[in-house]
Amino acid sequence: MTLLKVDNLTVSFPTSDGVVQAVRGLSFEVEAGQTLGIVGESGSGKSVSALTMLGLNPGADITGSVTFDGRDMLRLSPRELQQIRGADIAMIFQDPLSALHPHFRVGWQIREAIRAHTDVSNAEARHMAVDLLRLVNIPQPDRRVDAFPHELSGGMRQRVMIAMALALKPKLLIADEPTTALDATVQAQLMELLASMQREVDMAMIVITHDLGVVARIADKVQVMYAGRAAEMADANTLFHQTHHPYTRGLLASLPGSAITSSRLLPIVGQPPSLINLPSGCAFHPRCPFAMDRCMREMPSLMAVEGGEDHLSACYLPREMVGVSVAVDTARQRYAADKQGLRAVRLPGVAAAREEVPALA
Amino acid sequence: MSSATAAAEQPASQAAQDPLLRVVDVVKHFTVGVAASVKAVDGVSFDVMRGETLGLVGESGCGKSTLGRLITQLIPASSGSVVFDGTNLTQLRGEALRLQRQHLQMIFQDPFASLDPRMTVGDIIAEPLINFGLLRRRDRDKRVQELLRVVGLNPYFNNRYPHEFSGGQRQRIGIARALALNPKLIVCDEPVSALDVSIQAQIINLLEDLQREFNLTYIFIAHDLSVVRHISDRVMVMYLGKVVEVAPSEDLYNSQAHPYTKALLSAIPVPDPRVESKRRLVELSGEIPSPLNPPSGCHFHTRCPIARVPGVCSEEEPPLERKSDGHLAACHFAEEMISPAQPGS
Repeated sequence: MTLLKVDNLTVSFPTSDGVVQAVRGLSFEVEAGQTLGIVGESGSGKSVSALTMLGLNPGADITGSVTFDGRDMLRLSPRELQQIRGADIAMIFQDPLSALHPHFRVGWQIREAIRAHTDVSNAEARHMAVDLLRLVNIPQPDRRVDAFPHELSGGMRQRVMIAMALALKPKLLIADEPTTALDATVQAQLMELLASMQREVDMAMIVITHDLGVVARIADKVQVMYAGRAAEMADANTLFHQTHHPYTRGLLASLPGSAITSSRLLPIVGQPPSLINLPSGCAFHPRCPFAMDRCMREMPSLMAVEGGEDHLSACYLPREMVGVSVAVDTARQRYAADKQGLRAVRLPGVAAAREEVPALA
Repeated sequence: MSSATAAAEQPASQAAQDPLLRVVDVVKHFTVGVAASVKAVDGVSFDVMRGETLGLVGESGCGKSTLGRLITQLIPASSGSVVFDGTNLTQLRGEALRLQRQHLQMIFQDPFASLDPRMTVGDIIAEPLINFGLLRRRDRDKRVQELLRVVGLNPYFNNRYPHEFSGGQRQRIGIARALALNPKLIVCDEPVSALDVSIQAQIINLLEDLQREFNLTYIFIAHDLSVVRHISDRVMVMYLGKVVEVAPSEDLYNSQAHPYTKALLSAIPVPDPRVESKRRLVELSGEIPSPLNPPSGCHFHTRCPIARVPGVCSEEEPPLERKSDGHLAACHFAEEMISPAQPGS
């Protein structure tokens, strides 16, 4: 059953410098109980689209539709949205310290979330809060329920946020970079916790992250975003092993320690584009090792990759170009070309000029 | 090849090449309130050879950044010595210390906070040169442009301000500033953790190129173990102010002699769903204890999966000992951890 359907969503912000096109025609679906990973770098529009779905982007120009459980979230009144937020859709943010109110005890904040949507008494709500804290493995929950956020460590605070999000057994949980601010061992613990909670409550999850490792562990389906659009979408296995879009391949080849990188990393050349002044055609073409003339003129939408079931990619590359190693070879050649300055004209700002620099005295 | 904790352990033949940096039993205590003190760095000793990259990893609060600041003498050590190129920095004061600083530079984590927003990029990079009275105006401008080129930026950007650049470009500016004085050692404190993946790789490659070109020595501090593995020759793991394990990086990733290192490595997510579905976490119970009041004996015993408690682990602090060639660990049961049957060891 389709729980959430985002259709051709665009979000833009008028600023004094021009219109920032944060999301440009995004469509995806989330099934009940499924986990969708949204991967992208800063400015790719991944957080903006999540906030927009919840009506948390006042002042933005929004078109398209977001259908949750049969209702269009973009047409609801603030009051109706309030009834959905926190109850049917919950959200966890990146920084738990700024997401929690410093003035109130964490138990109070969890209780507030519960009492905003249900009719339980204060004592009952407190009881529920203690149970929730126990559920997310906080030691001594009956004492911690009276703690202030500053008395807890970063990992504990994020557990409190998860407890609060789970309080009303939401149908959908949106986790926006839930573990980015935390240490590796704590991150691993929390991702395990989220996965087990999901099974317990049977909710769908959208995990927004820049970390491909996190997505590989937790997601059923993955959507890669670049400059406000979906670049590639597939189940996790296909995305990591039959990678099609050059941007996804570039991300994988940039990672130290992944199987395909050798002694030297293969970064994506250049910088992410300005969202005010986007490149023509495919927004990735100035950085793409495969860019063709067509890519500069036409903007590709998500298309089925030939032979791949449910594997969508917004790229004109033919089917033979699927796979990571092809990409690495090409990227290597491209990188060598960059070092020789051959592409310096088309890609300003790339480390092309380095070769001619005389050694410093 | 080079990881002597104490000079005495080193055979005479290896002493031929002096280390660039020798840190001996350095301690940093911060006083908190009236009587309490945090032992941020608690008796750390190591050598760094010329041209080497030493990676420094650990979770937040383990003292890795404090150690970086102690090495560059941004904060004074409570005790112990930092011998850089034959000079004991902890005994220098004033002008003598200032003159040493030109050989020791630092690259910071946050490329937004570490550049003065009111200075042009050219002025930022030229500041160290002016500070040490090197080069006259025209030569200085030339040098700035050269540095910009070296780090992969357009040399004519010298009149722009930091806010006109992206995070990755700003980090390049920070690197150019660190290179300005031809330092021997650069302490990189989380230089890529604020950057996007694709930009991260650009900066890592740049740092590697610069090291080769200018024969630099790096101390690379990071919490991301895959980045550290990639760039380092040796890796040092810290926990609550102490070194728990030091080893050549491939050794360390193949076989860990300390249970904390093992847990830390098992926590790195791998960007491959097939590996991930099979991967088992060595789950650590709880979180890092407060450094105000660290556990007795081995600091790690409260979270350690193989600790004997009560027993030797909670009573005796394990020394950092040689376990195999160049591989040191501070664990009473390190031999159990490196079993000969383990593949890849």
